[in-house]
Amino acid sequence: MTFISKNIKALIIATFAIFIFAAPSFAQSTDINATINSTLQAISDAASAAALEDGATTEEAAIAGSAAISDAVSGSFGDRDAKIFNTLLFLIGGFLVMWMAAGFTMLETGLVRKKNVSMQALKNIALYSIAGLMFWLIGYNVMYGGEAGGFIGSFAPYNFPAVGADTADAGYSTASDWFFQMAFVAATASIVSGAVAERVRLWAFLAFTVVLTGVLYPITGMWQWGGGWLAERGFSDFAGSTLVHSVGGWAALAGVIFIGARKGKYGANGMVTPMPGSSIPLATLGMFILWMGWFGFNGASQLAMGTIADIGDVSRIFANTNLAAASGAITAMILVQLIYKKVDVTMVINGALAGLVAITAEPLAPSVLQTLFIGAVGGAIVVFAIPLLDKLKLDDVVGAIPVHLLAGIWGTMIVPLSKTVEVFGDDAASWSSQAIGIIAIGAFTFIASSIVWLILKVTIGIRVSEEDEALGLDKAEVGVEAYPEF
Amino acid sequence: MKLIMAIIKPSKLESVREALSEADVHGMTVSEVKGYGRQKGHTEIYRGAEYAVNFIPKLKLEIAVKSEQSDAAIAIIQKAAESGKIGDGKIFVFDLEQVLRIRTGETGDTAL
Repeated sequence: MTFISKNIKALIIATFAIFIFAAPSFAQSTDINATINSTLQAISDAASAAALEDGATTEEAAIAGSAAISDAVSGSFGDRDAKIFNTLLFLIGGFLVMWMAAGFTMLETGLVRKKNVSMQALKNIALYSIAGLMFWLIGYNVMYGGEAGGFIGSFAPYNFPAVGADTADAGYSTASDWFFQMAFVAATASIVSGAVAERVRLWAFLAFTVVLTGVLYPITGMWQWGGGWLAERGFSDFAGSTLVHSVGGWAALAGVIFIGARKGKYGANGMVTPMPGSSIPLATLGMFILWMGWFGFNGASQLAMGTIADIGDVSRIFANTNLAAASGAITAMILVQLIYKKVDVTMVINGALAGLVAITAEPLAPSVLQTLFIGAVGGAIVVFAIPLLDKLKLDDVVGAIPVHLLAGIWGTMIVPLSKTVEVFGDDAASWSSQAIGIIAIGAFTFIASSIVWLILKVTIGIRVSEEDEALGLDKAEVGVEAYPEF
Repeated sequence: MKLIMAIIKPSKLESVREALSEADVHGMTVSEVKGYGRQKGHTEIYRGAEYAVNFIPKLKLEIAVKSEQSDAAIAIIQKAAESGKIGDGKIFVFDLEQVLRIRTGETGDTAL
């Protein structure tokens, strides 16, 4: 009571002030509403009139009028805006996928021993750069410069439009498309780097990368994303479970076979000597960076962001991508606990990544339960595949083959589960097309990679000497120790 | 003079240092080592491969003392470093022929 009576004067003045300032706003908002209504009416009338001119009935014209209002309100952009947003999707997705290069680097440096850390870092810097150069030099045109239904594109460097000259005729800017696709090639090259770590010769590895990024990846990529024969057969690989991850995995498998296991890794009677990595925090950080980059990898593979439907799909892809990774991680965790009684964090890392690889073939269509299932199987695959590779004496330092090759095959194969006729009609995936794609790309990549590794092996040699391997590649080939004071 | 080399569990370092300090023994060198005695190793698993860990991390303390202090120092170290469980470590005693303080050039007991 006292408060009110003491300040009654101030309160009265304040109330008046509020009304005086607010009143115009009320008047304005009424004005704005009137403007909006008359604008929408104008849009509707224009659309109806245009429809009548085109010979529509009165009902059809009315529907056209309503549709025009709906478009205007829901935000379906005109052509120009759609192109800008499509381009934006490529640019953002592109640099997110580029960021996966940091993820691979951290993961690999964390899982190799201290004496090889600088080399692993150097390899990743170099392969990312080589991929970028090769994809400009010949890669892009081999992949996208071909005839529909064909096997290979054209051999020429890629041309960017002059300053200010790009008209985004394809629905997005030229350079954004090149940039986005370039980041994907780099991801493929990086997969090989982890598998053959700790004993591969630097320049031999980079020579292989030149061929992989300039020729091999673009050829198989052309078969599908370049409109080639696999696309015509109905093969479906949304963001690259096969085209990127399995291709990298096959190349890695060939490398692991031709380069042999690290000295001392496998002994008599199936004995396996572990060589634990140097930094679990780095490896984990790498996994999270890759996880984040995957939102660009899968999300931007929608290739369009100019309509509400498209951006809704991109959103759904983000959600599914995350769910698959989580499912893969937890599945791996539970299995490892049950089998080994302790939870090996490196295998959980692999589990999450396998979930991501598995969903990459179709991150849009699956329901949540299907997504969890796909990710979970990916996680389970790596738990069983990692020791299996050791039984076969295939020394894969970081688990690249289980994560990228095997989970990639799984992810590609299971696409028809969600990409059904009911939802996608003629675009639905079929088990046979998926199998054909997996086998064709697998055979081509594995055989071609093997040939390249073999040629390198007999010419310049792909493996360092025994002394250098014991000394560590940092001292032997890089000349810079990663942890000189330890 | 004697050089006492004590292999102890890493968790016992602080209690040994404190106990020696109270007994007026100042100065020691500590290194991280691995070793085993009758305490067997254990098995670990890395990425599905079981392996035997035969060497356990320990700390090696090297302390130079006057001959008269030696017995007391050893008793102090043993009391501070023991846990009663296997793997407590060992103490080795060497005759120390010469000691020199680098800064001043003092030798013998005064350099300790």
